[in-house]
Amino acid sequence: MIDLFGSWLDSRLRLAKFARKAFNHVFPDHWSFMLGEIALYSFVILVLTGLYLMLFFDASDSQVIYHGSYRALDGVLVTDAYRSVIHLSFDVRAGLLVRQMHHWAALIFVAAIVVHLMRIYFTAAYRRPREINWLIGVTLLALAIFNGYLGYSVPGDLLSGAGLRIAYAIVLSIPLIGPWLAYMGFGANVPSSVMTARMYGLHICLIPALIAALLVAHLGIIWRQFHTNYPGPGRTNESIVGSRLWPTYTAKSIGLFCLVFAFIGALGGLVQINPIWIYGPDNPAAIQPAAQPDWYLGWIEGAMRLFPGVHLRAGSLLFPEVLFPAVLFPLFVFAVLYAVPFIDKIFSAKSDEQHHVLMLPSQRPLATGLGCAAFAMLVVAFFAGSDDVIAIAAGASVVTVRLILRILFFVVPAVTFVISYLACVRLNRPAPEDWERYRVSRPDTTAVLGMKCSD
Amino acid sequence: MSPRPEDHNRTLRGLTVDTISAVKELFKRTTRDISTAGRGAAAASQQAAPPPTILAKSGRAEDRSIGQPARSDGLRTFAVVVAFLCAVGGGIGFLYVFWSGGTNLLLGVTVGISFGALGCGLVLWAHLLMEQREATEPREPLLSPRDEREDAFASYAAGEHQVQRRKLLVGLSTLVAGTFAAVVVSMVRAFGKDPYLALLGTVWKRGQGLMTLQGKHMTVNSLRVGDTMTVFPPNRIGSVHAQTVLIRVNPEFLQLPKNRANWAPGGYVAYSRVCTHAGCPVGEYEDTTNLLLCPCHQSTFNVLNGGVPTGGPAARNLPQLPLYVDSDGTLRAAGDFSAPPGPGFWNLPPTADPGRGEP
Repeated sequence: MIDLFGSWLDSRLRLAKFARKAFNHVFPDHWSFMLGEIALYSFVILVLTGLYLMLFFDASDSQVIYHGSYRALDGVLVTDAYRSVIHLSFDVRAGLLVRQMHHWAALIFVAAIVVHLMRIYFTAAYRRPREINWLIGVTLLALAIFNGYLGYSVPGDLLSGAGLRIAYAIVLSIPLIGPWLAYMGFGANVPSSVMTARMYGLHICLIPALIAALLVAHLGIIWRQFHTNYPGPGRTNESIVGSRLWPTYTAKSIGLFCLVFAFIGALGGLVQINPIWIYGPDNPAAIQPAAQPDWYLGWIEGAMRLFPGVHLRAGSLLFPEVLFPAVLFPLFVFAVLYAVPFIDKIFSAKSDEQHHVLMLPSQRPLATGLGCAAFAMLVVAFFAGSDDVIAIAAGASVVTVRLILRILFFVVPAVTFVISYLACVRLNRPAPEDWERYRVSRPDTTAVLGMKCSD
Repeated sequence: MSPRPEDHNRTLRGLTVDTISAVKELFKRTTRDISTAGRGAAAASQQAAPPPTILAKSGRAEDRSIGQPARSDGLRTFAVVVAFLCAVGGGIGFLYVFWSGGTNLLLGVTVGISFGALGCGLVLWAHLLMEQREATEPREPLLSPRDEREDAFASYAAGEHQVQRRKLLVGLSTLVAGTFAAVVVSMVRAFGKDPYLALLGTVWKRGQGLMTLQGKHMTVNSLRVGDTMTVFPPNRIGSVHAQTVLIRVNPEFLQLPKNRANWAPGGYVAYSRVCTHAGCPVGEYEDTTNLLLCPCHQSTFNVLNGGVPTGGPAARNLPQLPLYVDSDGTLRAAGDFSAPPGPGFWNLPPTADPGRGEP
């Protein structure tokens, strides 16, 4: 049967050569190559669940009086968007499951990208020829964060209202174009009668289309360049070692998709997320107590709290206080991320070569130390985003907690750098015979390679 | 080309026969799988190996075997069968819960079971029943051979020659592109007139009464010392931008700047309720310290001395609203806020406010 279909297709597209290559395509077996796949499959789940939500969501800021099956909100003035999400959660079959799966999948999507990025960084997989894919990947991270923010901003609840006001202030603070950008994105103020429709358009169309297009490019480049290999016997710059796409890798990968789906489905059913009926509808005069953004924006929220209350005046120009922690700091973080392959190139000896065998983190003490330090800094910023909650839990004043976190923001990365650097040096030092295991070139494979290259 | 009817029939018949025989073969193999349980591992692994001709053609003949079959194939197949049956069971469970209008919790559990079992089954199939072979494929050099590059460049140059000759047309194309860019950019006008009208425009006018959300006027007797009320201009009740917090403090404690000495009749002070840091409502008033607290980032503003920020990330004063009391005791605005309310932007005019961040 597959013969018949294959012949039918081949007589129209001439696919036999490509098909053979595709079936034989080799994927490495190391678990850390699955991190990117988890991100990919989370995105697939986001699209699937998002399509279902789209059937029931009403992206409108019109005010209505709620009269529905959730009695606690009966008679409350809400937006159409909020009403439709409450309806979706209580009256649509599997609506709450799909909505919670969508939210969990978004959290896991960004998390998987971040962990995947760390794997790439610490093993120097971004090196030539994979710089383009690093740049695409960093862009995907930014888009994922942005779309996650848009997603939890559209239901018109009290928590999203706080996030919207803060985002409006952040956009407003951008020099020259800020007021116009904020006006375009949100309308004349927050809340406005146009913001949900605008954010929704971005959330379900433009940003997902960009993510999908970049994902295709990301995967296409991986297909073209093959994956990297961890160092080991037979792992050279001239070959790729692992399982074939058909059937082993196919089974494993579809299996992984099912497991990711199962995990997110179970979370969606068992673990409540973003219960907007408890938060209540947005009310511009009120704020959700101890409001926190979704985890991937915690570092920006934290930076806003850590940054001292100063702004800059240059003549009549104002650089508002939120510009520094919430615009320039994230821009700086992403600029550094984008620059990683090019900074690395300056310091690495064989920068002109193709790199297909990964480095172990311990082989690059400086890069590993700096990466750990940068990550630690963002973790401190993340916790600073909850400084009021920490203060309540610790029974201390917010001022004290914030002072300690400001110190930690610099001390923790420094200590992390020293520890991780020394750990790498120590891992490298005592066993020179172990080094032999990680030598990249192995004479016994070159003969095989010479034969296959002529093919 | 379209096949003749009899061809079509033959193909169809062939297809049906093929399908039936394939199903039969599958059934035979499955039963054989289970019946070989307990037989030697060597027999099982022989069974799994494809015919030598196919192996040679596939280019996989040299794949290195890395996994040794330890237990019998039958037991392994049984494990995968159990997993797949669990997946079917979970799916049926989901259908039952869904159609009977069951809880979200049960829906999640059944989704988890069905997909979890299916995923486990597939991974087990790959690990237990497929050949554990390590394949090695050569990487093609990513840089094209020199002649291919030269040919590509020549093809480009052959066309470029024709384009570059027409300097005028190339220049005009750039102009057209620039015009289109200007058209696209100018379409931001569709969003409205001008954001600055809202950002810098007047919020309060002299003589406007302070109204509550319920539309009641505030008078000198409306609040006790230490109490607060959110008020609006009469024409903008409920407005986010115009929301104002009215507080009654002990007038003896007031330390307002000299030019604001008469802004707080009877100890009534009024400030913009929009935080100058990130725009959250500055709703919490602590009367022991006379501070307004923003719940978002914990900025605090002193209401006694003109809304100066005393802590947290805010740098600019809360804009103050000058007040007066008219002949019948109603509280009214004596003018607009001391500065445009809300978070800062690049051309927010400097004020004479005694703010922390102001030079």
